Amino acid sequence: MKQVRAEVLSTRKLGAYHSITLVAPEIAEKARPGQFLAIKMPEGREFLLRRHFAVHQASRRGGWAGTLEFVVDPGGPGTDWLTGVKAHEFLEVIGPLGKAFAYPKRLMNCLLIAEGHGAASLYFLAQELLARGKRVDMVVGGETLERVFKPIEAKRLSQTVAVMTADGTLGDPGGVLDALPGMVDRTGTEVVYASAPPATLERIAVFCRERNLPAQVSIEERMGCGYGLCHTCVVPVARKDGSGYDHLRSCVDGPVFNPARVLWDRWLSEAPTMLPTPPEGLPVVRSWPG
Amino acid sequence: MAGVRRTLAVDLGAGLVLPTPVMVASGCAGTGRELGGLVDLHKVGAVVSRSITLEPDRGTPTPRIAESASGTVWSTGLQNPGIDAFIAEELPRLARGAHAIVSVAGGSLEEYVRMTGALQGRPDVAALEVHLSAPDLELQREVLGLHVDRAVEIVGAVARMSLVPVFAKIPLLASDLVELARGAVRAGAHGLVIGGPPPALSVQAERLRPALGAVTGWLSGPAIKPMMLRAVFEVARAVPDVPIVAVGGIRSGEDAIEAILAGAWAVQAGTAVLVDPGAPVEIAQGIARYLKAKGLASPADVRGRLRVPASFGAVEGEETAP
Repeated sequence: MKQVRAEVLSTRKLGAYHSITLVAPEIAEKARPGQFLAIKMPEGREFLLRRHFAVHQASRRGGWAGTLEFVVDPGGPGTDWLTGVKAHEFLEVIGPLGKAFAYPKRLMNCLLIAEGHGAASLYFLAQELLARGKRVDMVVGGETLERVFKPIEAKRLSQTVAVMTADGTLGDPGGVLDALPGMVDRTGTEVVYASAPPATLERIAVFCRERNLPAQVSIEERMGCGYGLCHTCVVPVARKDGSGYDHLRSCVDGPVFNPARVLWDRWLSEAPTMLPTPPEGLPVVRSWPG
Repeated sequence: MAGVRRTLAVDLGAGLVLPTPVMVASGCAGTGRELGGLVDLHKVGAVVSRSITLEPDRGTPTPRIAESASGTVWSTGLQNPGIDAFIAEELPRLARGAHAIVSVAGGSLEEYVRMTGALQGRPDVAALEVHLSAPDLELQREVLGLHVDRAVEIVGAVARMSLVPVFAKIPLLASDLVELARGAVRAGAHGLVIGGPPPALSVQAERLRPALGAVTGWLSGPAIKPMMLRAVFEVARAVPDVPIVAVGGIRSGEDAIEAILAGAWAVQAGTAVLVDPGAPVEIAQGIARYLKAKGLASPADVRGRLRVPASFGAVEGEETAP
């Protein structure tokens, strides 16, 4: 993990999103898919906390060596400020942070499921999987055309791809979950990776458990620092031996988790409870990918 | 000024000498493992552990943090592994490089006493900080430390048992801050931590819901600095010889100097560390720059030097010094 003052190389608008490329060789060298960056906000504003973004691209070789790209979904004071940042300005960045996606050793057929800007980290993952000789298929989606992140890139990186939009402006109408069973059957999926809003991930987790598919998901929980100090970004995760659960920090123990071990009901419940005793009969979950 | 030997070290008494007056506040040091990779701990005054309870605590449901103007509203609910696991796993790492101050939080007198006992004689504990803002499980009160008699009872018991200096962390919103501070000192507290987050609520109007899983939380960050300064000022005037550690909204050398002028001996940085892990070092450098510009030798030369009119604080009709 490095703290650097990185120059903005370029910025561009991609549908509803905004992508920023930095010159940060120290971080680009180390960053792996699933890891994220903590970007400092400007001084003298009333918002303080760093904003956190998955690494979309970290180039170690070639003409873009030493660059690092991340994707902003504007809609808050910090993200709106970031969309106004211009080339040659500087950002203070800490990264790479968090646990990366693990690559399967023997299993070959990988299905990557992305909703919205979740695709940013999965395209990076797809490249790494392809470099390891894996087969990559993808389901990408979003509410509308603008909220499907780089659909062309998905096509370029995968053997087969299903594009889904809620309003049918691109690909088939529906959500990524609608395309999931068909894709798994057609492509002979052996491993699932997903990056999407929590409600979608929960349903992917249920699907993978039913089909007995090993999976890894990248989750988002509101973060304070991003490097493990404040214990705010926790997720309830069952212990491996089934003896209960712990609140694990998504910044240092995640953001990539085995969905079979995440206690989704407890995490996403609108009326959260803190039962003093863990629920009976938590499943004993083999470690990924088993 | 030539010939001044300048130092940032501060002597808090009872053998506790910190290399700089800037500590990392409780709850902002992770598990002791993370901070070392982000900042040179030898340049940090001290590191206060997250508040430790007797038994493991999972803390509150998520979301646990929301931003507000110049601050954050948060609630982690004392998530910690319990005193035994803390001593075995976190304490040794926490104390690597910096003075480790352990924050103890309990819901009953017995819990405080048992934790103090467990920490007794540990060479890696430089001091104890008594967290008094948890609910009182014995007396069924919302905040344990808001009642002078109860705070005195707890702090007294910890201070009598502890072999290291004990700092009582006085809740910022105590109705009689000065009485509480005096009581804690009478009971045996070596020093006081003044400031810390006041209770707060963050609302998401769109969803008609509170922003935090715990519903209410605590406000921290620059928003609370003026409240902290007033509290430090009042307490320092009441107990002038007691080491006071200021906490609340300090993120620069100037902020720290303001607190020291108000009467603090040392300061803690909390939210600032979450934004910038190097903040404790930068704040200390800011203090050094101020001392240099003023030709002063150490932070103690600034302490309590706030110039207030002689008539301030005098009761009407009472004669004031000319």
